[in-house]
Amino acid sequence: MNILRNAYLRPFGGCRLLLCFTLSLLLWGCNEKTTADALETKGWPEQFGLGKPATEQQVAAWDIDVRPDGKGLPAGAGTAVQGRAIYAAKCASCHGNTGVEGPFNHLVSSDTSKAKTIGNYWPYATTLFDYVRRAMPFNAPGSLTNAEVYHLTAYLLHANGLVDSTSVMDAQTLPKVVMPAQQLFVPDNRTGGAQIR
Amino acid sequence: MNDVSKNQPNKGRKLSRRHLLGGMAATAAAVLLKQSSGQVIQAGLAKDSLLLQDPTKVLGPLPSQLGDRSPFEQPVRKPSDTSSRTPLQDLYGTITPSDLHFERHHGGIPAIDPHKYELLIHGMVERPTVFTLADLKRFPSFSRIFFLECSGNFRSGKEQLTPQDICGLTSQSEWTGVMLATLFREVGIHPKASWFLAEGSDAAVMTRSIPVSKGMEDGMIAFAQNGEALRPAQGYPARLVLPGWEGNTNVKWIRRIEVSDQPFMTREETSKYTEQVGDKVRQFSFVMDARSVITFPTFPAVVHKGWIEIRGIAWSGRGKIARVEVSTDAGKSWQPAQLQEPVLDKAHTAFRYLWQWDGKATEIMSRAVDDTGYTQPTLEQLKEARGANMGGYHVNSIISWQIKGDGSVLLRPENIR
Ligand code: HEC
Repeated sequence: MNILRNAYLRPFGGCRLLLCFTLSLLLWGCNEKTTADALETKGWPEQFGLGKPATEQQVAAWDIDVRPDGKGLPAGAGTAVQGRAIYAAKCASCHGNTGVEGPFNHLVSSDTSKAKTIGNYWPYATTLFDYVRRAMPFNAPGSLTNAEVYHLTAYLLHANGLVDSTSVMDAQTLPKVVMPAQQLFVPDNRTGGAQIR
Repeated sequence: MNDVSKNQPNKGRKLSRRHLLGGMAATAAAVLLKQSSGQVIQAGLAKDSLLLQDPTKVLGPLPSQLGDRSPFEQPVRKPSDTSSRTPLQDLYGTITPSDLHFERHHGGIPAIDPHKYELLIHGMVERPTVFTLADLKRFPSFSRIFFLECSGNFRSGKEQLTPQDICGLTSQSEWTGVMLATLFREVGIHPKASWFLAEGSDAAVMTRSIPVSKGMEDGMIAFAQNGEALRPAQGYPARLVLPGWEGNTNVKWIRRIEVSDQPFMTREETSKYTEQVGDKVRQFSFVMDARSVITFPTFPAVVHKGWIEIRGIAWSGRGKIARVEVSTDAGKSWQPAQLQEPVLDKAHTAFRYLWQWDGKATEIMSRAVDDTGYTQPTLEQLKEARGANMGGYHVNSIISWQIKGDGSVLLRPENIR
């Protein structure tokens, strides 16, 4: 069973684990009087009427996140072959020719590389698209086109042995890429009290 | 206080003349000059020339617009490429001066014009809204003292480490802002909303997913710290603060909140800020567990036989510090330390323990207990609980200092692996 899919992606899905998780979220608030007291809304108007309604254009301009279910992925598509060339030009100087030479984060995991990265540690393929689009290249963040990000995503997933060289990555295929590490992820179970976890 | 300062790294260091001149070049003190018009004005005079004189025999500088630290006090952060650490051993009380607050960012410090700043709240809300900074400041406001701590706040492995080196990625401030609950109420948050994305406007456009329950409980959009606007490194003009939760979730330079019914699984909550526990990876480990650190005497102090006040700070992301215990015999026995009132929720709490050192080599250490009954563990206990491959996040183990027979103080080094 895919714990995370159930627990996180279908929050009202009725799985037992999910119930615990949701409960523990609720419990976080329990001993906390500080703010409930502070936010004494007696005498407050229903609304203060501050701020301006957000226009659709403004939301669209800023809303760049991509969720694991693919919500937020733009139109376009990419392949590893085209991604390889973009990688060599825009990424290799910091991440190495094959993603394991550094000087910065290793991006490829293999039998010889012990680094925890995309192939052996990342639980969702969508995160790769989201992160590269918002933050890379480190010295020119936000400079890549959506097509470039799709190509790079396809290339890095292929280099990590997760998709084959001809796979096309787009809004439909990317959320379906199986990430081996996903099954390792569990929600925090520390609760305070006597236990050490 | 004087005694202590002699034993602290930046305090006791003898100030050489060159040192003083260096520190002084940019800040000439003022003296009074009478102009021909009869108007009294201030003129620059090198401070070291003042220092050479009997202060009771020369008029000092007049009031000025901004205050400076004494040139004899030079607490500084320790920067690396990705963070800078608070000099815990040089501080008094529990409020961190804002310019010494630790830093950790993922794409440098953005320059944001407060007049152009906007916070967008959208997603599962009835009224997607954009707030200016002025809008945020018009809401009912709230102030609260609490600590921030990076969850990667642990170094060890050699004897010559100071509290700053070991765990300087924690600081404390009084934060002022508008409660998230106020803003969520204003935009009409959907009753089924369970998570929100907080996004910064730095070069990393850094994002974290946060449970709505935490936002409603005590989350705040802070625009001020310690009585003034936020410092740029702390998120100017506005940031998210979540009392007791790992530093990274306190998204700085916040520009967007998207309300949702699931987490977004961003890079900082999957690839980073997750930790291996046994053969699993623990995710969304938000709360900073109880911890304490002795800040005096610590490396590189040298102590003398006789009375020593052991001092430090303790904190817990789950509530108040219930007690701190100190051992002066390498952990064989533990004595309660005195806590400085008021003991605040999720806040650095100062502790002291008066100890008469007999001059024999020993080890001193402190452990915090919070009001949930959680006791700060040893590194061995953490390894036992989390496994040999445990990651480097949320390592809050007891820190032990060796007192050598000659009075020198050294960290007892440990290794995660
Ligand atoms: C100037 C150097 C530089 C360049 C060029 C660069 N990166 Fe990075 N990259 C970094 C640094 C530094 C980090 C770590 C940032 C952090 O931890 O906040 C990073 C992190 C990453 C990560 C996350 C790694 C992890 O394990 O979490 C990915 C994925 C990535 N880069 C992809 C790319 C891609 C794709 C390109 C080319 C478009 C690129 N980078 C270009 C410096 C660079």
